[in-house]
Amino acid sequence: MKFFYEFGKYLMFLKSMFSRPEKMSVFIDRTLIEMNNIGVGSLTIVAIIAFFQGAVTTLQIAYQLISPLVSNPTIGSIVSDSSMLELAPTITCLVLAGKVGSHIASEIGTMRVSEQIDALEVMGINSSSYLALPKITAGIIMIPMLVIISIFLSNLGGIIAGEATGILTSQEYLQGARESFLPYNLFFSIVKAFTYAFIITSISSFQGYFTSGGALEVGSSSTKAVVYSAVAILFADYILAQLML
Amino acid sequence: MIEVRDIRKSFDGVEILKGISTKFEAGKTNLVIGASGSGKSVLMKCMVGLIEPTEGHIVYDNRDFTNLSYKEMRDVRREIGMLFQGTALFDSLTVEQNVEFAIKMFTKMTPAERHDRVNFCLEQVNLPGVNDKFPAEISGGMKKRVGIARAIALDIKYLFCDEPNSGLDPVTSRVIDELLKQITEEFNITTIINTHDMKTVFDIGDDVIFIFEGSNEWQGKVRDINTCGNEKLTKFIQASYFK
Repeated sequence: MKFFYEFGKYLMFLKSMFSRPEKMSVFIDRTLIEMNNIGVGSLTIVAIIAFFQGAVTTLQIAYQLISPLVSNPTIGSIVSDSSMLELAPTITCLVLAGKVGSHIASEIGTMRVSEQIDALEVMGINSSSYLALPKITAGIIMIPMLVIISIFLSNLGGIIAGEATGILTSQEYLQGARESFLPYNLFFSIVKAFTYAFIITSISSFQGYFTSGGALEVGSSSTKAVVYSAVAILFADYILAQLML
Repeated sequence: MIEVRDIRKSFDGVEILKGISTKFEAGKTNLVIGASGSGKSVLMKCMVGLIEPTEGHIVYDNRDFTNLSYKEMRDVRREIGMLFQGTALFDSLTVEQNVEFAIKMFTKMTPAERHDRVNFCLEQVNLPGVNDKFPAEISGGMKKRVGIARAIALDIKYLFCDEPNSGLDPVTSRVIDELLKQITEEFNITTIINTHDMKTVFDIGDDVIFIFEGSNEWQGKVRDINTCGNEKLTKFIQASYFK
């Protein structure tokens, strides 16, 4: 029962948020700041994770497919497809749920408990729209870009690991990746990224916005934002795979 | 003028406000006094629309705030300034950006005009030259003054202050009191101050309402407080002097 109450509250929050911004120039300014926070601020961690994810996947696929019947380009094909379809969007977004989600929830939650949101409301500003809409817009723009970078770096990690260990050459890797490449897979990956971006930013904003109490509750909202975002991402992952593949 | 008609508010079945009715006159410093937990802050939050009352009406110059649409309510709110107990300054913005915030959102002033307006407001609260500082870099008293400057940045008609002296030393408290009195008279606004500081009451108050356990126990002029004969108010005043 509590789930339906919270879900209804979340939908009401989204409804109140999707209104015309008070002033477009302020909205654009805030969105650009958030794009920098979410996108540029997460680039390093996303790059490190994507690179090692591709490298480790290559080594593990090679370990599992030791057979004269399996050609080396097959390894490149499997790694690049797994990166595009699952690893880059889902793992990247699970990491972003932790980094970006907790940041958003704690920022908005602190504003709530220190009455800054009340101050916005008293001024006649739609606080949910002012605070959450730029974050959601920025997330929807930047997270798909991070996922595309992640796909690229994941493949780069695979190529370097293959060359470094002598498992396969970069030509073999690229041959396999090219042979199995389907533009639809990239489209699917970007659809996933958009969906996860919305999930992370909206759930985290919601958790922060309805924080009540003090510092302890801000921490609790931040934790909930990460956990609920991660669960929602995995659920959406299954639904999207079922619907689109 | 603001009229409060039979306001009631309950949380989880517990009645916090038990039918408060009163009027707050324009150009006067109206004080709401009472012990902690008596319902002063809840009443103020009901008046500015942060809490929806269970029953009753709040009327701002013949506009029934409790029956307005969201958009109409927003228009009334743009005539309201509020100084929060913890100041509620936006900590990611500088003092200038805090004071400029509402001007930027609701007016078409150029950056130069906005800067002039910010400086005017900061001069009103005797705080020039701190434009580029962040709230974390200034003292509690200065934060309160920035909060007042932010509240008066637009041409407001109503100023609400929730315990403006809390956490301040006696000297700074008097400075804030004088500022509030001066701003009320200069801009002819309706000022409502929640406090349990009796020095504030006697120094700057015009009209007083005493709330006891969610009810309007006594209301009248400041000069009548000592002779009102209300036992609960007398006890409250005596406790304030000897605390």
